[in-house]
Amino acid sequence: MNLRKKSGGAALVFSGSAANKTVSNAKFIWMMAASVAGFLLALLANAFFPQAAHSAAFKEYTALGVTLDMNGAYRLTLALLIALYAGGGIFAYFAPSGRAKYAKRAAFLFALGAALALWDIFGTKLSLLPQPFFPGPAKIIESFLIEGGYIWQNTLYSLRLFAVGFLAGVAFGIGTGILIGWFPKAYYWVYPVLKTTGVIPAVAWMPFALTLFPTPFSAAAFLIIICVWFPVASLTAAGISGTPKTYFEAARTLGAKTPYLVFRVAIPHAMPNIFTGISTATAFAFTTLVIAEMMGQPGGLGYYINASKVWSAYYKVFAAIVVMAILFSVIMRALELVRGRVLRWQKGMVKS
Amino acid sequence: MSVQPLPIGGLGIDAINRPHIDTSAKRADIARSENPSPSSDGEILKIDSVTRTYTDAEGNTVEALRDVSLSVKRGEFVSIIGSSGCGKTTLLRMIAGLDAPESGELVLNGERIARPSQKLGYVFQQGSLFPWQTVEQNISAGLKARGVYKERKADVKTYIELIGLTGFEKSFPHQISGGMAQRVAIARALINNPAVLLLDEPMGALDSLTRADIQCKLLELWKKRNTTMVLVTHDVDEAIFLSDRIVIMTPRPGKIQGFISVKIPHPRHRGGIEFLSIRRDILEVLHLARANPAPEYMI
Repeated sequence: MNLRKKSGGAALVFSGSAANKTVSNAKFIWMMAASVAGFLLALLANAFFPQAAHSAAFKEYTALGVTLDMNGAYRLTLALLIALYAGGGIFAYFAPSGRAKYAKRAAFLFALGAALALWDIFGTKLSLLPQPFFPGPAKIIESFLIEGGYIWQNTLYSLRLFAVGFLAGVAFGIGTGILIGWFPKAYYWVYPVLKTTGVIPAVAWMPFALTLFPTPFSAAAFLIIICVWFPVASLTAAGISGTPKTYFEAARTLGAKTPYLVFRVAIPHAMPNIFTGISTATAFAFTTLVIAEMMGQPGGLGYYINASKVWSAYYKVFAAIVVMAILFSVIMRALELVRGRVLRWQKGMVKS
Repeated sequence: MSVQPLPIGGLGIDAINRPHIDTSAKRADIARSENPSPSSDGEILKIDSVTRTYTDAEGNTVEALRDVSLSVKRGEFVSIIGSSGCGKTTLLRMIAGLDAPESGELVLNGERIARPSQKLGYVFQQGSLFPWQTVEQNISAGLKARGVYKERKADVKTYIELIGLTGFEKSFPHQISGGMAQRVAIARALINNPAVLLLDEPMGALDSLTRADIQCKLLELWKKRNTTMVLVTHDVDEAIFLSDRIVIMTPRPGKIQGFISVKIPHPRHRGGIEFLSIRRDILEVLHLARANPAPEYMI
C-alpha cells in the first residue's frame, strides 16, 4: 500500500542515454589521444611543413616580454587547445559520468585539428587559396597580435550595446505582453500596432533612429529594443491569455486576488513561452547589433569589420567573426542556463 | 444492441415503491418529503430555488438546473450523485461562487455567496495543481495569496504529513502520481480552513485502488477536522461509503430527485448488507439496476 518512492522526483527524471554507457579505461585513453591528435597534427604541420610561398620572414611582435611571429602565436594557441582537452580528459577519466560525453567528442575534435592542418598548409604554407580573401589560421591570429587591445575594446562596445538593448527590450516586451494578454482593452489597441510594426526588420528604422536619438549608441540600442520587443511581447501575450481557466479558478477558491492571478498564475504559466520569445529575439538582436554597428557606430565588432574591410584586411574580418562566434555562443549558453533554472519545473515533463 | 433512452424526469423516488422492486429488504431511510432540509439550526449552507440555463452549440436553451433547493448541516458529509449532464458540477460551481445562478440564492452562514473565496474550498477533478510550484508551494499557495504565510508556515509541514507526502515536498506535480496529486489538492484547500469543502469528482480520474485509498484518507480528514463536505460523484459506492446524506439528481432539466440518508456507522464495509441495500436503491432510482426492460410496443 505504500505509494512512496524512495528518492522523490529525481528517480522519475530520465537521464540521457550517454550516462548509461560506460567507457573502459583502455578505450578512454585512446579517445583522449584522438582528441588531441588532430591539434598535434596541426601543430607539427605548422612547425615542419616548409613555407613554400612568400618565404620572407614574418613580422614579430612583443607582448608581456614574449616575442612571437604569427606562426608562434598559432602554435601557442594549438598547444593551449591540446592542454585544455588533455586536462579535460584527465578530469573526465576520474568522473565516470563525464567519460561518455568526452569520448563522444573525440572524433569531431580530431577532424577539427586535421582541418586546421590542411587549412594552414593550403592557406599559409602553399598560399593556394586566393589571397587576401582567405588567409590561413595563423594570419587570422596575427590580428590579435597586431591590435588585440583594440579588438577587445570593440568587443566590449558590442557587448555593452547588446546588453542595454537586449535587457531593455526583454523588459519592455514582457511588460507589453502582460498588458495585451491580460487586458482586453490593451489587446484591442496595442496588439494591431505590435502585429504590423513588429514584422518590420528593426534596421529599417535606422535613418529615423540616427536622426532622432542624441547618440549613435542610443539609436542602435533603440533598434535592438524594438527587434527584441516584438517576439517577446507577442509570445508573452499568447502565454498569458492561454492560461487554463482551471488555474485561475483554483487560485480564486484559495482566496487569491488579481495580483496573485497575474504574477503567480498567469506569468509563471507564460514563462515557457516567454523564453521561446527570448531565444527568437536573441538571434534577431545579434543581426541588428552587427548591422547597426556596420552602419553608424563609432565602435563595436561590426564597426571593426567595416573598418578592416576598407583596408582589405580580411584576416581581421575573420578575427572579428571568430570573436563574434565565441561571444554570441557564450550569450546563448548563459540564456540557456537561465532558462533551465527558471523552467526547472518542466524538466522531465516536456521533450527538450 | 438497442439502447433504450432513460425515461425523462418524473419517475422520482416513487420508482422504488413499484411492485416489481423488492421492498422487503431492510433499507435506508428514503426521504420523500417536499422539504427535505434538516432543521435550520446547525445549517451552514443553504441553496434556495436555484435555476440556471445555458445555450448549447446549436443555439438551444438547455436547463442545467431547475429549482434546486438543498440545505447542508455543519459537519455534514453530503454527496451529490447523478448521471453526467444532470447539473451536479454546475451546482457545485455555483456553491463555490465560480458561477452565478440565474434565479434563487446560495447562502453560506447567512451570507450570500457572490464570489469565490477561501471559505469555500474546491477540489477539482484533476490538473488544477500549479505545475510550476512544488508540492510544498502548492499547499502553501492559499496562505501566500492571503498574506498569512509567515504566521502559518508550520502548518504546511503538518498538512504534508497529514496526507502522507513527507519526502515529496520538493517534487513538482508531474513527478508524483495522480493519487498523490489529488491528496495535495485536498490539503491545499483544507489548509485554508474552509467552512465547506467542495469536491468535484476528485477521484474520478483515478484507478479503483487509489480511489479507495483516497476515500479512506478523506474520511479520516473529515472525522479529524469535522469540515463540512459536499462531494459530487458518479460513483454510487463512493457516495455510500463516505456520506451522511446522498442527493440524487436527474438530468434534462437538472433537478434533485431525492435524498437518501446513510445511517451506517463508520467504518463502513463496502460489502455489508445495509451498504448493498442502499446501493440497490440508488441504482433503481438511477435506472441502472438492470438492463432496461423492453417496452411493450417493441416488436
